[in-house]
Amino acid sequence: MRVTYFDNNATTAVSPEVLAAMLPYFGDMYGNPSSMYTFGGQVAGAVENAREQVANLLGADPSEILFTSSGSESDNTAFWSALQSQPDKKHIVTTRVEHPAVLNVCKYWERQGYRVTYLGVDNLGKLDPEEFKNALEDTTALASVMFANNEVGNIYPIQQLAEIAKERGVLFHTDAVQAVGKTPIDLTHLSVDMLSLSGHKIHAPKGIGALYIRKGTKFRSFIRGGHQEKGRRAGTENVPYIVGLGMAAKLSGDFMQHERVDVALLRDELEKGLLNKIPDSRVNGDIDNRLPNTSNISFKNVEGEAILLMLDRLGIAASSGSACTSGSLEPSHVLRAMGVPFNYAHGSIRLSLSRYTTREEINYVIENFPSVIETLRKISPFKN
Amino acid sequence: MWEYSSKVHDHFLHPHNAGALPDANAIGEVGSLACGDALKLYLKISPAGVIEDASFETFGCASAIASSSVLTDLIKGKTVDEALKITNKDIAKELDGLPKQKMHCSVMGEEALEAAIRNWKGEPAVPHAHEEGKMVCKCFGVTDEQIKHAIRENNLKTVEEVTDFTKAGGGCGDCSEEIARILAAELNQKPLTELKPKKHLTNVQRMQKILKVIDEDIRPQLAADGGDIELIDVNGKHVTVSFHGRCSQCRASEVTIRNLVEKQLREHVEPDIVVEEV
Repeated sequence: MRVTYFDNNATTAVSPEVLAAMLPYFGDMYGNPSSMYTFGGQVAGAVENAREQVANLLGADPSEILFTSSGSESDNTAFWSALQSQPDKKHIVTTRVEHPAVLNVCKYWERQGYRVTYLGVDNLGKLDPEEFKNALEDTTALASVMFANNEVGNIYPIQQLAEIAKERGVLFHTDAVQAVGKTPIDLTHLSVDMLSLSGHKIHAPKGIGALYIRKGTKFRSFIRGGHQEKGRRAGTENVPYIVGLGMAAKLSGDFMQHERVDVALLRDELEKGLLNKIPDSRVNGDIDNRLPNTSNISFKNVEGEAILLMLDRLGIAASSGSACTSGSLEPSHVLRAMGVPFNYAHGSIRLSLSRYTTREEINYVIENFPSVIETLRKISPFKN
Repeated sequence: MWEYSSKVHDHFLHPHNAGALPDANAIGEVGSLACGDALKLYLKISPAGVIEDASFETFGCASAIASSSVLTDLIKGKTVDEALKITNKDIAKELDGLPKQKMHCSVMGEEALEAAIRNWKGEPAVPHAHEEGKMVCKCFGVTDEQIKHAIRENNLKTVEEVTDFTKAGGGCGDCSEEIARILAAELNQKPLTELKPKKHLTNVQRMQKILKVIDEDIRPQLAADGGDIELIDVNGKHVTVSFHGRCSQCRASEVTIRNLVEKQLREHVEPDIVVEEV
């Protein structure tokens, strides 16, 4: 059966251009970029070209881009560097709605004796900048706030928050894994000190990421060893994947307008279609300020895993913030932080589009989704 | 993604006996919206105590729906007393197993059945001493009595397993230490016969142990079906027994009864015992 893919916040298809750019580096171009001879030098050139492509997408200088293995490694590195370079400061500020790649790193540092302030959100998932400001202390080593939320798509006021942190002399990191490629980011106008991104969310393969580190920011290596990446991240460069990430970054720039306008239109169509056809459904998140590709809808009195398995039968791939899908017993920490009522929280479904999503696919979902909810509601003991 | 058996898939996609039962005279409700799963079981029980019809309404994941569906199949046509013997293990077995993190779905089935029968008997609809015991897990409303019941019924050994079967400890996690204490107390209470001997047994020790297991474990089981067992001889690891009552006429005795006895003796006495029937 054909897969109708609506889980692009989980991972994306590698675009054909990215794959084509990578292939030579699995073949003849296998040299080590650190070598002195031409055969290695060509490969080093490809790595530097990719660095420029990533820098261009973000409005950064190529020297500010560090290649890593993933968004998670970027997040871990940012925390490690910020905390190790300021050993006297033992306080961290973050939010309750971060990705586990940040939340669990915070929990780790808590066990190492750090104090962490987790900022709450309102019912729409919005942060209060005033609360953020008040949370910063003289001993705060790092403030880390995600650029956009992976579950509901909310975009946070990073510019405003980063300014506040700068005024207070606090390092500011943002996990922009979901935001990159979906909303314009220009670091020349942002006071962000560090920013994490991941390749596989922007049509590059899994296993490659990057960390932006503003010039002049103190840095401590997370992975020590050889002198690669100017001694900031040891390990021979993952050349094909770095080249792939570069190409993906270039394409993200090319498609930015399409992503913001056309993908958003399709998303809105999908969302309206489902809300109109399915009673007792609601959108989670801040609909006025969210990623163009993300829709998080809750269906009252049905459970997310059951919805997903029935959608799977129709070839529709989506994800859920329900407890049962994750192996945990409680619904998503993001929906709980937002105070989504229980009768809605367990029945939340996230549909995330990409530049490859078609109108035909939207129509297929609108046509078939309502019967899934109807079937499950029929056997639910909770009636509306 | 969960590894569900094809039976779980079948029962989830094509549930048996789904929907309310208009002429039900017993209803059992367990779970809640907050917990993420809930089951409402409807029974129609004859004056003689036979479950003539059963249906369910379930809010929950695929395994919760499948557990409910298979439960209604299991209990239809049974007497109330027979039905009360059904445990969560029977439900899971009928589904060809459930992922261990999903075992609580089968426990929910057992609790709903018990609640429904209590309802029919006019007893308060309180499954497993929900309110009798002390609340341990506040997130999911699980009492110490429920935890002990699950430990005994399913032979649980770790806090993680208790969470898989009861959900207790799966929320904030504050009660995990208390679960560990309950678990430790339960495990220490196990009768000595369950501990496997490490040293070689003398003939006399072996004979005494065999007699004890036959008297305490095997005979009561056979008696339930109107049969009895007699120990004829013990020659090293070879144990000879004879069966009486209904067992001796049963053609299946050679296989089933001998296997049962052998299994029990191997488990409680020595792992290489061989049982023969005269």
